[in-house]
Amino acid sequence: MAEPAALEIDDLHGFYGESHVLHGLSLAVAKGEAVAIIGRNGAGKTTAMRAIMGLLERRSGSIKVKGRETISSPPEMIARLGVGFVPEERGIYSSLDVTENLLLPPKFADGGASLDEIYRLFPNLSERRKSQGTRLSGGEQQMLAIARVLRTGANIFLLDEPTEGLAPVIIEQICDVIDGMKKKGHTVILVEQNFHVASRLADRHYVMEHGRIVDVITCNELAAKHDRIKSLLGI
Amino acid sequence: MNIQVILGQLLVGLINGSFYAMMSLGLAIIFGLLGIANIAQGAFYMMGAFFSWMLLRWFDIGYFPALILVPLVVGIIGMVIEKLVLRRIYRLDHMYGLLLTFGILMFIQGLFVWLFATAGRPYPVPAELRGGFDLGFMFLPKYRAWVVAASLAFCLATWLIIEKTPLGRTLRAATENPALTRAFGVNVPALMTFGFGIGVAPAGAAGLLAAPIYSVSPLMGGDLVIVVFAVVVVGGMGSVLGSIVTSLSLGLLEGLARVVYPQGANMVIFVIMIAVLLVRPAGLFGREQ
Repeated sequence: MAEPAALEIDDLHGFYGESHVLHGLSLAVAKGEAVAIIGRNGAGKTTAMRAIMGLLERRSGSIKVKGRETISSPPEMIARLGVGFVPEERGIYSSLDVTENLLLPPKFADGGASLDEIYRLFPNLSERRKSQGTRLSGGEQQMLAIARVLRTGANIFLLDEPTEGLAPVIIEQICDVIDGMKKKGHTVILVEQNFHVASRLADRHYVMEHGRIVDVITCNELAAKHDRIKSLLGI
Repeated sequence: MNIQVILGQLLVGLINGSFYAMMSLGLAIIFGLLGIANIAQGAFYMMGAFFSWMLLRWFDIGYFPALILVPLVVGIIGMVIEKLVLRRIYRLDHMYGLLLTFGILMFIQGLFVWLFATAGRPYPVPAELRGGFDLGFMFLPKYRAWVVAASLAFCLATWLIIEKTPLGRTLRAATENPALTRAFGVNVPALMTFGFGIGVAPAGAAGLLAAPIYSVSPLMGGDLVIVVFAVVVVGGMGSVLGSIVTSLSLGLLEGLARVVYPQGANMVIFVIMIAVLLVRPAGLFGREQ
């Protein structure tokens, strides 16, 4: 029997109160694949990530994680299937220091990075391990947000705008970490405004517009579809 | 002014402050985690005193085993109430929580009045804690010294659990951002139930500590909770350390007011509450929104 997709979304509709935000989103990500969800501001990319994590108030359709239907599951059950979430706003807890932020998510499976490994990977965090999480710089907070899910043993990573507002040198460091995730065979779903970053990291690009996928572009098609990408993203 | 009178009143103030601390500590935990201003805290305090009395009277279980049993039972009752009733109003305005818990206080209080009437029932000081210490300048009853020490130990232990343990770390995170904490795989609804239990257990323990000093009565909690709420407002809703420090300070201040101006002693905490609300609405230790 074929291995189920890491993530399979079919006809997903999502709502914020009365606002209908996702309009029949469908996509599939195979195990070990890295895909980027790209699109203009307001296309529904972050909402899609929140819907996958069960953080949207109302959603319908189908979201299968490793073959298991999660459309009615609470966020904690989805996380325990091995999904690590890095939210757009980074979600660093001000009441916890760096080490406490790292230790917060429970471990669900073997294979996660140890605290020492994380500190070797992010030396900046090691130097500031007793600092309050929200006192870190933007780049350090983003490192912390990513590092936090590396411990849990998750093997599907949802990264929402991981390079937004960061200096090029930090972006490079974060790209290296995401590359490392891919090399370990983890699945990465990336929401990214920075198309250069997305094209470097992703095997495929889902283009979102008005809450649905309007195009899928593989790495090999990037050059051929350059003009179309520019018009879809408005760059 | 007689030094013995001052020290005596300060001791009374410290004892009252200890009760305020145990009550307000729980209120701070519950408000921080659930966003509910739990007026029913008074009912859990009263139940703590009554359960101690029942254990002794009906089962011959004394004071020291009750120190473990009573907070446990009160905590479990709290968790049942959270799961059955409070859970339904988390998404609503704080006012609904206040009104609902006020209703719970009235219901539990009414139930105990119906079952036991309003007359106070004595609870003996345990034999080991009878007598006192002659300090030269005043006589310190052993039991009163014990109450202060036990409540401080209880508060310190609760504070340490919240600040220094993985459970406390998770509670603080769930307080700050419950949705995201769930997305990390933490069962926040179960944590809230447990947190409510942790929040009401100190009130139950305070009820037991109070039983030998005051008589055990169904109305004892309703009277105390109003003062405790004022203390929590001064300290800052949701601040655990703030609640403990403010409780003890205001208890002492109230004791001092009994010496200096006895007629105004009962209102001194409320005057301070009004002043704090005017100058610093989030409370002395609370964070501005």
